[in-house]
Amino acid sequence: MLNIYTMRRGIKLMSDGEKALMDLCTSHGNNAANLLEILHDVQHENGFVAPDDIHIIADALNLSAAEVQGVISFYPDFKTTPPAKHTIKICRAEACQAQGSRGLEKNLSTALGVKMGEATADNHVAIEAVYCLGNCALGPAVMLDGKPQGRATVDGLLAQVRKG
Amino acid sequence: MVDKVKIYIPDDSSAISVGADDVAQRVAEMASAQNVAIDLIRTGSRGMFWLEPMIEVETGAGRVAYGPVTISDVDRLFKADFTSGGDHSLALGLVADIPYLAKQDRVTFARCGIAAPLDLAAYKATDGFKGFEAALKRPQADVVADILASGLRGRGGAGFPAGIKWQTVMQAEAKHKYICCNADEGDSGTFADRMLMEGDPFQLLEGMMIAGYAVGAEVGYIYIRSEYPAAIDKIKGAVEVLQDAGLLGSNILGTDFSFNIKIRRGAGAYICGEETSMLDSLEGKRGMVRSKPPIPALSGLFGMPTLVNNVLTLAAVPSIMADGPEAYYAFGQGRARGTQPFQLAGNIKHGGLVELAYGVTLRELIEGYGGDTKSGRPVRAIQLGGPLGAYVSASALDTPMDYEALGEIGAMLGHGGIVVFDDSVDMAQQAAFAMEFCAVESCGKCTPCRIGSVRGRETIEKIIAGECPSDNMALLTDLCDIMEAGSLCAMGGLTPMPVKSAITHFAEDFTRSDRGQEFDK
Ligand SMILES: Cc1cc2nc3c(=O)[nH]c(=O)nc-3n(C[C@H](O)[C@H](O)[C@H](O)COP(=O)(O)O)c2cc1C
Ligand code: SF4
Ligand code: FES
Repeated sequence: MLNIYTMRRGIKLMSDGEKALMDLCTSHGNNAANLLEILHDVQHENGFVAPDDIHIIADALNLSAAEVQGVISFYPDFKTTPPAKHTIKICRAEACQAQGSRGLEKNLSTALGVKMGEATADNHVAIEAVYCLGNCALGPAVMLDGKPQGRATVDGLLAQVRKG
Repeated sequence: MVDKVKIYIPDDSSAISVGADDVAQRVAEMASAQNVAIDLIRTGSRGMFWLEPMIEVETGAGRVAYGPVTISDVDRLFKADFTSGGDHSLALGLVADIPYLAKQDRVTFARCGIAAPLDLAAYKATDGFKGFEAALKRPQADVVADILASGLRGRGGAGFPAGIKWQTVMQAEAKHKYICCNADEGDSGTFADRMLMEGDPFQLLEGMMIAGYAVGAEVGYIYIRSEYPAAIDKIKGAVEVLQDAGLLGSNILGTDFSFNIKIRRGAGAYICGEETSMLDSLEGKRGMVRSKPPIPALSGLFGMPTLVNNVLTLAAVPSIMADGPEAYYAFGQGRARGTQPFQLAGNIKHGGLVELAYGVTLRELIEGYGGDTKSGRPVRAIQLGGPLGAYVSASALDTPMDYEALGEIGAMLGHGGIVVFDDSVDMAQQAAFAMEFCAVESCGKCTPCRIGSVRGRETIEKIIAGECPSDNMALLTDLCDIMEAGSLCAMGGLTPMPVKSAITHFAEDFTRSDRGQEFDK
């Protein structure tokens, strides 16, 4: 399919990744209303949305790059840098606070030597804040690499991320 | 050949979060090693989370339960012949006799935990699609009239009468209309939408179909928060099953009615639960709150009349249509009719889902069902209705749970979340968190919310540090008033509720000098 982006860059210069991304946008009807779905799909595939992707998506959806960037920056889910090997999302909301999540957060962050929202220097583990995972009767609740864990403990989490 | 023993283990994500998948795998391995023929069925959760992972076994007398089961318990369960209902220290007896469950008024959650969530035959065998079929035989206006007569109010937080909203959308003239199911469930202490989507997804879809028929919409969207990947998968699966069965698509059941359902994922923003922010997000934009009017019922998604309802509101609809509005109205009291799925969370021994008619007291919920705190220390504070809801003290325990009674004590029911704290809680810290949460989640459109929340948090921190406490307290009160009066939506407008209620009911925490490491434990 030809659009402004392919015309500007010339079809020959398109990499497989660019082609795949354009196909993805096409499968979403090149419809700007599906931008969040497209970003989720890109992130599922690559772990993050690379700066170059933003231009391709913007062209395909007939949006400005700023508009796409604006959406990415609004939503905490979207990342523009490669994710750590393991991500621990720690629930910070009230029901988990009542079950000791503040202590979990503090001790885990000390043990890993990272602040909330940061990754270890080798990008092996990152900790992120979330506000409620819908597991409020079995707190402290976390999500490790997308999998929910209830009654989380520092030792349990460290053992899992240190496995590899 | 002997019949296979039916064994039920939840695949609800809370149950999985404490090991249900591992337990299920171990049960399958042991059964095959011991030549016990079993039929392992993964279901939703019954909502008794302290007993998860809970295993149920079909016996001649009914289903018996064991829980909470860990992998290492499985071998001993087989030794105790649990596949025939044998006795064991984890045995809980007949599921139907467990008081926590037996005493509830399960209407919306009647099916949750009983059969495989995507088993359409099982759904139909338990009155599934009876409500939809009944609705299709009647004029649209009659369906709307039934919703009005049932007394159903929105379960998403504001408690707006569902029938009035349906009527507005039905009467609007437009080329397209939409149903938007709000499955953003961001309130701390709430998980009922998640449980329902994972455990009985067809009921929600049936509710959306009835709504689509009643208001004249051909497309329904479900906006599900990305924190709920299992619910997203279940709903996707359920939509496919209904499409394959011809229950979604064109000319459903040979009628003129055509309807389809699309799933959209949120992306981690709490504000997108606010309905107009959700609509912007569904249009692929930043989730900025819109000013009203126009109301979404007249100009919503893509500028078209849009019915926005919460998961629980829509999921209550099939039973109203199947059993009649009177049956639903018979539950509850005053202007709070029907049942409310209360969610017991936080520091509580028996956390879980308790569906009851409105009017039950907070005490019955927390002491009777919840068994008091998990820590064994006294209950000190309870937050009702999510992060924008009030903190109340133990003196409020005898308040009946209905919209008006809670309003009288300056609280609200919200989405039905009840979060319990014991006496180690520091309420000044909780108030600071309420402001912090608002600062993190504000859409940024209006100043009192965007900046007021940051200043609010700083001011409370100054009070905690003992810096000019009375001046700062006056400043904080003034700031709360400005946020209440000057915010476009309830994010900024209600953040003062947890803050002010903490000050009113727990004033001593704002002047404490012995503030220690206690809350950092
Ligand atoms: C900040 C904020 C967050 C909200 N979050 C949710 C939510 O997660 N789910 C929900 O159903 N309603 C939420 N609401 C309420 C919705 O705006 C809307 O009233 C509701 O979805 C309407 O459906 P109902 O009438 O069935 O309750 C929120 C409101 C505000 C102000
Ligand atoms: S009150 Fe806050 S969240 Fe609501 S519109 Fe204003 S800035 Fe946005
Ligand atoms: S408050 Fe932590 S999971 Fe809900």
